[in-house]
Amino acid sequence: MSVRQGSLALVKVERIRTRGAFAVVESRLLILMKYIPSLLAVAVANPLLYLLAVGVGVGKLINTHSGGVDGVKYLTFLAPALLATAAIQNAMDEVVFPTLEGFKWNKSFFAINATPITGKQIANGVLIAAMYRVLFSVTVYGVIVYLFGGFTSARGWFSIPTSLAAGASFGAFIMGIAAWAKNDDSFFMILGRFVMMPLFLFSGTFYQLSTMPIYLRWIGWFSPLWHTTELGRFLTYGHHISAMMFVVHIAYIAAMFTFGIIFSHRQFERRLTK
Amino acid sequence: MANQEILIEAKALVKRYGDFTAVNGIDFQVRKGESFGFLGPNGAGKSTTMRIIAATLTRTSGEISILGKDPAKFGPEIKAHLGVVPQTDNLDQALTVEENLYIYGRYFGLSKKFIRPKIEELLEFAQLVEKRSVKVEALSGGMKRRLTIARALVSEPEILMLDEPTTGLDPQARHILWDRLFRLKEQGVTLLITTHYMDEAEQLCDRLMVMDKGSIMAEDSPVGLIKHYSTKEVLEVRFGSDRNAVVAPQLRELCDRIEVLPDRILMYADDGEALLHELGQKGLHPLTSLVRRSSLEDVFLRLTGRTLID
Repeated sequence: MSVRQGSLALVKVERIRTRGAFAVVESRLLILMKYIPSLLAVAVANPLLYLLAVGVGVGKLINTHSGGVDGVKYLTFLAPALLATAAIQNAMDEVVFPTLEGFKWNKSFFAINATPITGKQIANGVLIAAMYRVLFSVTVYGVIVYLFGGFTSARGWFSIPTSLAAGASFGAFIMGIAAWAKNDDSFFMILGRFVMMPLFLFSGTFYQLSTMPIYLRWIGWFSPLWHTTELGRFLTYGHHISAMMFVVHIAYIAAMFTFGIIFSHRQFERRLTK
Repeated sequence: MANQEILIEAKALVKRYGDFTAVNGIDFQVRKGESFGFLGPNGAGKSTTMRIIAATLTRTSGEISILGKDPAKFGPEIKAHLGVVPQTDNLDQALTVEENLYIYGRYFGLSKKFIRPKIEELLEFAQLVEKRSVKVEALSGGMKRRLTIARALVSEPEILMLDEPTTGLDPQARHILWDRLFRLKEQGVTLLITTHYMDEAEQLCDRLMVMDKGSIMAEDSPVGLIKHYSTKEVLEVRFGSDRNAVVAPQLRELCDRIEVLPDRILMYADDGEALLHELGQKGLHPLTSLVRRSSLEDVFLRLTGRTLID
């Protein structure tokens, strides 16, 4: 047995104060690494199926009959929305599941909370790790869209940063909800059917939000998916948005992210000290 | 021990949840290298006190300092020097035995270079060398418990806190664990233990605080408590469940103190055999009788009028 140095000599609290969240990231990545094959399969299969069915199938119909949407090929129009959707879906999986697990299923967050790492750092770590997976998935998605000819210029790749913004803002918010939720059985069901599905369908994903009747458009206004998709379309092919709306989109995403982080921090701290 | 530095000091410590008082104005001190136990039944306030010390629960009032710091203000600074073994294992189920130790070291900001050899040492200590690559969910209860303790030791903490360390373990697993904890004690690690097992308290603790309903009933070494609150020996007699209460008044005349339990009567005396002989002479013949040494259970019974495990 080696000579005991003791925690007073070994543990540097200042270092943990600034870098603690990255130890949580490391633990999440350690777990994610075990699922690399299935993560890769999902990251590839998901865009492939979508692009074949909607991008190519529906796209052909639209391109033939109306010469595309918004002045571009349907797939080009669709790409920023699909990437943002994938980002949101991945972010959600990667914050909701570890949060429920950490607080409820195996209580591993309570184990982390017994170390110098704070509740806020746990929340930050979970979100950062989730963003690694989001980056991985949307990059794969982007490459597949590119191979399908969905990017008309190099500007197409701008859909990656806008989708990351979608994932981060929605992820931060939903992580707080997951930390707050007591009943995890109905949580997934409600989230999937009453939040994710309407978001996906009513955020101007498949056609412009302005095509919708006014009484349905409001869903899009609240949806981070619509705001980031608009930004993505603007950046990737020059979809027209006013200067004011440009600011509104960025402000909405930034506000959602900020609110989400503050809300998550509160929920994490509250639950760990109860 | 008396000259040793004080690591934990509480004065008039209170924790309330609404109308319920979990910890009711307790005072205590724990010195460096000491093995200090909180003994009491479920709901006595032991775990609440432990969580306040571990800086994961804030007190309602009173004073407490751990390593000279207030846990309400210096949570991370205090946690940096504690090893916490909670009542229920909260290991990361998705990770292997080895990975659980590794990542816990990382939470303390330890370098990979330090952690790698430390893992070997801890696997050895927890007798889990062969299980190093096994996922936690496949381990037995005793193995999980040992891993949780090993994990708490990765940062070489000043104070190791164990909340009901052997609850739910079979006798063999308990004895292995006691042996491991005893080794740590020999190395000078300060141990803080809560338990409702008197044998565990006697085995592991230098000093004990008996708690009930949030208050301290007594505080001393296990031997000191027994000496102060009980007799040297106890005679346990059974007259049959319907007869126990009937003979109790006669028995009370033969010794200073008796306790009538649902299934038996405890008679407190310095010489149990002599008392049993006297019973025979008075024409009182119990169905079964047993003479044993006094234990902490008797102390608890004396202090609270109840048994430890209800």
